[in-house]
Amino acid sequence: MAVLQKNISSILLASPVILVLSAFIIVPIILITAVSFWGSTEFSIYPAFLFDNYEFLLTSDVTYRVFFRTLYFAVLVWAITLVLGFTVAYYLAFFVHSLTWQIICFLLCTIPFWTSNIIRMISWIPFLGRNGLANQSLIEMGIVDEPVEWLLYSEFSVCLAFVHLYTLFMVVPIFNTMMRIDKSLIEAARDAGASSTQILVNVIIPLCKPGIMIGSIFVVALVMGDFITVRFMSGSQIANMGRLISNDISLLQYPSACATAVVLLATVVIMISIMLRFVDIRKEL
Amino acid sequence: MKANSKSKISRRSLLKSGVAATTAAAAGTLGAPMIWAQSNIVLRQSGTGVSAFNEIAAKAKEDLGITMEMTALDSDSVVQKVATQPKSFDIADIEYWMCKKVWPIGNLQAMDTSKIANYDKIVGIFKNGKLTPTSTIAQGTAPHTVSFVEGANGKSFSSEETGWMTMIPTIYNADTLGIRPDLINRPINTWAELLNPEFKGKASILDISSIGIMDMAMVCEAMGEIQYGDKGNMTKEEIDKTIGIFTEAKKAGQFRAFWKSFDESVNLMASGEVVIQSMWSPAITAVRSKGIPCVYQPLKEGYRSWGGGLGIAAHLSGKELDAAYEYINWYLSGWVGGFLMRQGYYSAAVETSKEYMSADEWSYWFEGKAAKGDIVNPQGVKMESAGAVRDGGSFYDRMGSVACWNAVMDENQYMVRKWNEFIAS
Repeated sequence: MAVLQKNISSILLASPVILVLSAFIIVPIILITAVSFWGSTEFSIYPAFLFDNYEFLLTSDVTYRVFFRTLYFAVLVWAITLVLGFTVAYYLAFFVHSLTWQIICFLLCTIPFWTSNIIRMISWIPFLGRNGLANQSLIEMGIVDEPVEWLLYSEFSVCLAFVHLYTLFMVVPIFNTMMRIDKSLIEAARDAGASSTQILVNVIIPLCKPGIMIGSIFVVALVMGDFITVRFMSGSQIANMGRLISNDISLLQYPSACATAVVLLATVVIMISIMLRFVDIRKEL
Repeated sequence: MKANSKSKISRRSLLKSGVAATTAAAAGTLGAPMIWAQSNIVLRQSGTGVSAFNEIAAKAKEDLGITMEMTALDSDSVVQKVATQPKSFDIADIEYWMCKKVWPIGNLQAMDTSKIANYDKIVGIFKNGKLTPTSTIAQGTAPHTVSFVEGANGKSFSSEETGWMTMIPTIYNADTLGIRPDLINRPINTWAELLNPEFKGKASILDISSIGIMDMAMVCEAMGEIQYGDKGNMTKEEIDKTIGIFTEAKKAGQFRAFWKSFDESVNLMASGEVVIQSMWSPAITAVRSKGIPCVYQPLKEGYRSWGGGLGIAAHLSGKELDAAYEYINWYLSGWVGGFLMRQGYYSAAVETSKEYMSADEWSYWFEGKAAKGDIVNPQGVKMESAGAVRDGGSFYDRMGSVACWNAVMDENQYMVRKWNEFIAS
């Protein structure tokens, strides 16, 4: 009896979460999946069970090119933010010794996030432009004679904006795990004769794995799902999956947008579950 | 952190639209008095950015006592809104090609022209397609082909005046390429220049499929690459070939960027990122108002033209419907026309605008004559000095050399797919 009551109370306690999750995640995903099989005319969509949307999506070589472009950005941005984020967190955790300064430095990192991410992104455009500050300075310093064209509306500018927007998502969880590392472990390693590099590779990095993984999940999911950064920073010259979906939506092709979304979702879920294979986050936290 | 700021924004906008909805609902149920000034009639107008000005809403409030809530969206979003959210707007401020797309859905109601005071003054383009009795009708979705329906509940378009209009025409213009003469330094006289390798990395085209494809067609035809049967209604082969030529150019790095909204085109031009691009008239005036030279270049192949009008939502009835007619009559009565003509557009009942413009403004904007004094934009910022002449000349010169109208094709869905591939390639 007592066991049953305990069960009921734990189910009741969990029910708000279950309700919220099913209303805002599970039901929408089921709907999206269902609509992805519907048919569409120019203005309307009608219930059906068709594979047309998937067929068009999976037989067009444009889809594959866009898909690999999306993955390419995800991997590139992940690698850069990982190195940057780890370095920043490492500095904060091990080189800044007073807690007050750690907090101050950490807050400094978050200041740019007080404005909207679209504003943060768009402010790069006048800076990187053909007649922008970056090019003017380069020309004045005599490094180049002609304005550098690839600074804006290129893969470079897209990556730059992504790195700028998402590095903090890497810094925070890594910093968090680094702060939990028992300092005596590092002292022990040093006493045992380990060099700084050995301590980093054999002690700190393994202990930071959960933080690295959480940061990676953030960055990969955000970059895979983005469309506005790619649109603005590439001047619409580069497409990713998100832009395919937004183009479809703007043209009222909801079923085809849903099909693309389902494929994207499946890919992200697969990628994240592979990542979770490497670290058991629940155990490590 | 990101999720947080996002949810804040959506919550705020939700609140805002909630408030707007309640005020609208309140106006609907409580707006009893007969005089508009004493009622709280609120009409929600959704349209493209070209004519959604707060000045117009303020003047409507002053003259009619009607509160106008203007929403400006890009072309695709307006079509989407009119097609899928019939209750979300009262007046649709859309273009004629959009009308062709959304009319069959039935979210707009036909308008009785006998209630339109200035109906007789509306130019021929919107009635029989002819600017002057001798002019020929251009390719594409010419406004008069989708202007009339048979009777109040007509579903199919009528080729002649029936007394029932799908939309009351308001503004129109002839579009061409915008250029930066100071950065090009030589005459430009054909659409083909858009793909001239000389402007590699400095050209742009708009990313709105139904308009962009027409600009593309003008370019391909000018290059002599394709001879179209009808640019406004291409075959699949013509679409493939057109998009193919532009995809190649894109891969070769011809384009700096594509633009979707009006201000993007202004920024691209003003910052010098782009020196030649498809552009709209107010964007040219906006660039010039910054003191940057920019020409709306007349080209020998002619203009790509468009027309817009106001349509009434099907759900309007009673007082709101009367107010909507009142608003549309006011729109054609001159003040708005004058305001929009200073922007570089033409008013549908063009002669009514004359008394709301100075003689100098009228001769500059309409007659294409040299300005005698300073020309200011609608907000009063000086745009041109004495002696300036409007690009392209007079009303009849410009509207008389229209090569095609913005259009919706029979193969529209195919075209959209191809366009998507072009953007993604």
